Amino acid sequence: MKTVDTIVVGGGLVGIAVAYGLARLGQTVEVMDEGDIAYRASRGNFGLVWFQGKGDGTPEYSRWTRGSTEVWPEFSERLRDETGVDVNYHKPGGVHLCLSEDALQSHAALIRRMHDVHGAANYGAKILNRQELDEILPGLGPDVIGGSWSPHDGHASPLYLLRALHSGFQKLGGTYHAGARVERIDRDEARFVVRTNSSSHYADKVVLAAGLGNRALGNMVGLNVPISPLKGQILVTERVKSTLSMPTTFVRQTEEGSFLLGDSHEDAGFDTTSKSAIMADIANRAIRTFPFLKDLRVVRSWAALRIMTDDGCPIYEQSVTHPGAFTVNCHSGVTLAGAHAMTLAPMIAQGRLEDRMSVFSAERFNV
Amino acid sequence: MFKRVQTDISNPVSIEFEGQKIDVEQGETVAAALMLAGKRKFQESAVSHAGRGPFCLMGVCFECLVEINGTPNRQACMILAEDGMKIRIQKAAIEETDR
Amino acid sequence: MKSFDVAIIGAGPAGMASAIEATRNGLSVIVLDEQPAPGGQIYRAIETVSDQRAAILGTDYLAGRDLAAAFRNCGATYVSGATVWNIDNGLKINYSRAGLGSDQISATSLVIATGAIERPTPMPGWTLPGVTTAGALQILLKAHGAVNDDVVLVGSGPLLYLVATQMLTARYAPRAIVETTPAGRLIKAARHLPRALTAFSYLRKGLAMKRKLHKSGIPFYANARAVAIEGTTTAQAVIFQSGGKSHRIETTAVALHQGVIPNQQITRLLRCEHDWNANQHCFVPRLDAFFQTTVENIYVAGDGAGIGGAVSAALRGRLVALRIAEKQGKDTIARQNDVLKKLKADQAIRPFLETLYAPSPENLLPADDVMVCRCEEITAGQIRHAVDLGAPGPNQVKSYLRCGMGPCQGRMCGPTVTQIIADHRKKEVGEIDYYRIRPPLKPLALAELAAIESEPTRHTPL
Ligand SMILES: Cc1cc2nc3c(=O)[nH]c(=O)nc-3n(C[C@H](O)[C@H](O)[C@H](O)COP(=O)(O)OP(=O)(O)OC[C@H]3O[C@@H](n4cnc5c(N)ncnc54)[C@H](O)[C@@H]3O)c2cc1C
Ligand SMILES: Cc1cc2nc3c(=O)[nH]c(=O)nc-3n(C[C@H](O)[C@H](O)[C@H](O)COP(=O)(O)OP(=O)(O)OC[C@H]3O[C@@H](n4cnc5c(N)ncnc54)[C@H](O)[C@@H]3O)c2cc1C
Ligand code: FES
Repeated sequence: MKTVDTIVVGGGLVGIAVAYGLARLGQTVEVMDEGDIAYRASRGNFGLVWFQGKGDGTPEYSRWTRGSTEVWPEFSERLRDETGVDVNYHKPGGVHLCLSEDALQSHAALIRRMHDVHGAANYGAKILNRQELDEILPGLGPDVIGGSWSPHDGHASPLYLLRALHSGFQKLGGTYHAGARVERIDRDEARFVVRTNSSSHYADKVVLAAGLGNRALGNMVGLNVPISPLKGQILVTERVKSTLSMPTTFVRQTEEGSFLLGDSHEDAGFDTTSKSAIMADIANRAIRTFPFLKDLRVVRSWAALRIMTDDGCPIYEQSVTHPGAFTVNCHSGVTLAGAHAMTLAPMIAQGRLEDRMSVFSAERFNV
Repeated sequence: MFKRVQTDISNPVSIEFEGQKIDVEQGETVAAALMLAGKRKFQESAVSHAGRGPFCLMGVCFECLVEINGTPNRQACMILAEDGMKIRIQKAAIEETDR
Repeated sequence: MKSFDVAIIGAGPAGMASAIEATRNGLSVIVLDEQPAPGGQIYRAIETVSDQRAAILGTDYLAGRDLAAAFRNCGATYVSGATVWNIDNGLKINYSRAGLGSDQISATSLVIATGAIERPTPMPGWTLPGVTTAGALQILLKAHGAVNDDVVLVGSGPLLYLVATQMLTARYAPRAIVETTPAGRLIKAARHLPRALTAFSYLRKGLAMKRKLHKSGIPFYANARAVAIEGTTTAQAVIFQSGGKSHRIETTAVALHQGVIPNQQITRLLRCEHDWNANQHCFVPRLDAFFQTTVENIYVAGDGAGIGGAVSAALRGRLVALRIAEKQGKDTIARQNDVLKKLKADQAIRPFLETLYAPSPENLLPADDVMVCRCEEITAGQIRHAVDLGAPGPNQVKSYLRCGMGPCQGRMCGPTVTQIIADHRKKEVGEIDYYRIRPPLKPLALAELAAIESEPTRHTPL
């Protein structure tokens, strides 16, 4: 049986970005994924490439995210050149809007803390009052009292990103198996045996990037992956003329002209049905923020599950008991796709995560 | 050409399509009324901007979208014609130049 | 929120009959339908149709008058112009009232009687203005008395001939009928004839219709293949091969038809299981003998349960109502058995029709350059390419290509997308399955959505 360098379990944004990055380095890679219906956050997200508020209390995460937003421009161009798929990445800056005095106060405090981490020159985000906001975002409703702006933020089409990475990965010689749910992972002397119901696959290394599936898979290779689902719902409107110059955390306009409205957080287990009352809440907040949206019609909606850790930071780790087994988990797979492909994949190819990554070990939850 | 089996209009309602006045029978949907007036193109498709017109007439295909009184994306086959309605061909939302 | 023993979605024959039977058994009933009046597809405009139009539409159509009258008098709450756009857990039904905002009601049992839609008919040129479905022509005739003197009918299926006959009666005969039924179908169908003969009245009506059409002198083209519609900005001609020759008929209007299929939006929304019905070439919700879906207390009556025609639709509606009444303690078994017997007899014609009028192969699996998703303009070739990239099913294809994401919410491309994937992957169609359907079932104004009762969730910065 042939042994490849690496098997990546999971073909969502995280798995395919790592696989793409490994294939770029000339590694032989197989990606194992489930079928058409699966918990797949990569098909249900909002498409922000976002930095400004991330990593409060964990400066390494903040820097890691910033690093990803730095590689994104080149990363997206490379994908377009290699695959012909334009992932519609734009970096016009991004805004976090506050609809109450309390929200603005606590958000301003957050921005100040982030500021201290990165230093004034480097961080770049700032608090804007209502007048300043009006200049960059016309059409705001009376309830918006202020917000923050960062030049490093932007957005992309997550679906085209997923397709571009799959296409790029396969163009580089990678093999993708759909409908190949991994049931068992064993060690057979030096290599890993990755088993589905109907086939066995062999590799020197294995990367668990199966989203919510990582919890169960981790146990097979001595990795503790304490993640849980956090539900989010998103609404999509009909297409209209392009009016919104930059994305916000809960309203953005896509290349096609649709508005995406989102940012709900529900602990609802593995339920992915769309709830009308939550949809109404999202609609409400969107209209309060941009009253001109009120006559637009919602044409689609969906609900998907974020992959969350208790502290919101990613888990990157190599198994101690099963060296060569890695796991990658995060709740911002779009934002971090650049870092996963261009920075993390080379570490995995080397067989070792750099020391700066130790803060992302799940050990942190064992204190 | 579409025609009415009963040739004369008994309860006329007056609508406007692209600035042209059209008398239609009360109770007719906007789509039926426009088809009876010989109109075939209702909208420009969102992607290639090709002309499109009603296909299913039962609310399923969304090819009959028009702009009614300034509001775009109205489903002409599901909306009854009303006196004074101003209807326009629905233009694709995004112009090439906006991209 | 008002609550009812039974909520029925759809006021066609199935929904109306179900409401009548349910109220007769003492159940509280609400019927929601997006049309302005009861009747559904077959009995559209039945309450207001003029005598002249009624004569054109025929006796099967007029049979709806009594049903609609009985429905009006049955005591069920009937909301017209009510489009159901979501159903929450606990059978909480959200519906939009044509510009008047949304309401919510709840029910103990749900009867989905949303009928059928015409099967999508992808072919070159089918997006040109001037091309409609055959059903669309019939809707124009039923509801508006509108007829067209320059139509070419293309396709197959009983409804195609019914529309042609109705046009003929209205003295606006179609220019031509281009039949896509492949040669040899009649022989294949013949083995179902013995059973079909037990439903002799259907056969006789069908034969009479075809005889009338043939006698009328309307040109018929049999076994047509390679059908395409030509035109630059609007339809100008139909081209096809028939009888070993190429044909081109100039026309301003083309009406397509390849049979009808269950409207699956609501059963899919509710995540009921569906199976592929190879005879009807469509997905059908998985139902028990009493038309209950795989989700407790959710039933499907009418053509949504598999194409069975108007008489069966009404019978199914009654059966479901009797079953629900039985569950609430009424003794209805004898009447259920009676309805079951009638249903069986009425269905006898179906295998024959299904074999004879199976959709044309080039419609089910269009060539690479044919547009499949009309909203996002995605071709069959692009779908095959996405499968080559590893997309195992329609939901992944959708996310790669945006196909099925337009305003029609996949209704016009979904069946074809599934067929293409199955064929390309050499899998069973049933295994490939279908788009996941999400609310709103029809586009809904944001302000209308914002006005319903909401549940605040956490908003934390990302
Ligand atoms: C509502 C919402 C909004 C979001 N917004 C943003 C945003 O704006 N910006 C941003 O950066 N991120 C956002 N995210 C997060 C982003 O979508 C996720 O971080 C990212 O998709 C995670 O990718 P993943 O590959 O880890 O997981 P997934 O996409 O879930 O992929 C996991 C894959 O593993 C497969 N799998 C599972 N178990 C097995 C097994 N045993 N064998 C084989 N395969 C298996 C699954 O089938 C699946 O394909 C959002 C998420 C949600 C839910
Ligand atoms: C265009 C067309 C024309 C047809 N014409 C004929 C004919 O002339 N003769 C014939 O024998 N058969 C005809 N049929 C076949 C027809 O399906 C059945 O004969 C019969 O109408 C089925 O009855 P039903 O009660 O199951 O559904 P239908 O009669 O189709 O009734 C379904 C009802 O549900 C409503 N509905 C659907 N979705 C929603 C929603 N989300 N919210 C609220 N309401 C909703 C619809 O408005 C409709 O009134 C036609 C089918 C189609 C598609
Ligand atoms: S014509 Fe199909 S939705 Fe109006």
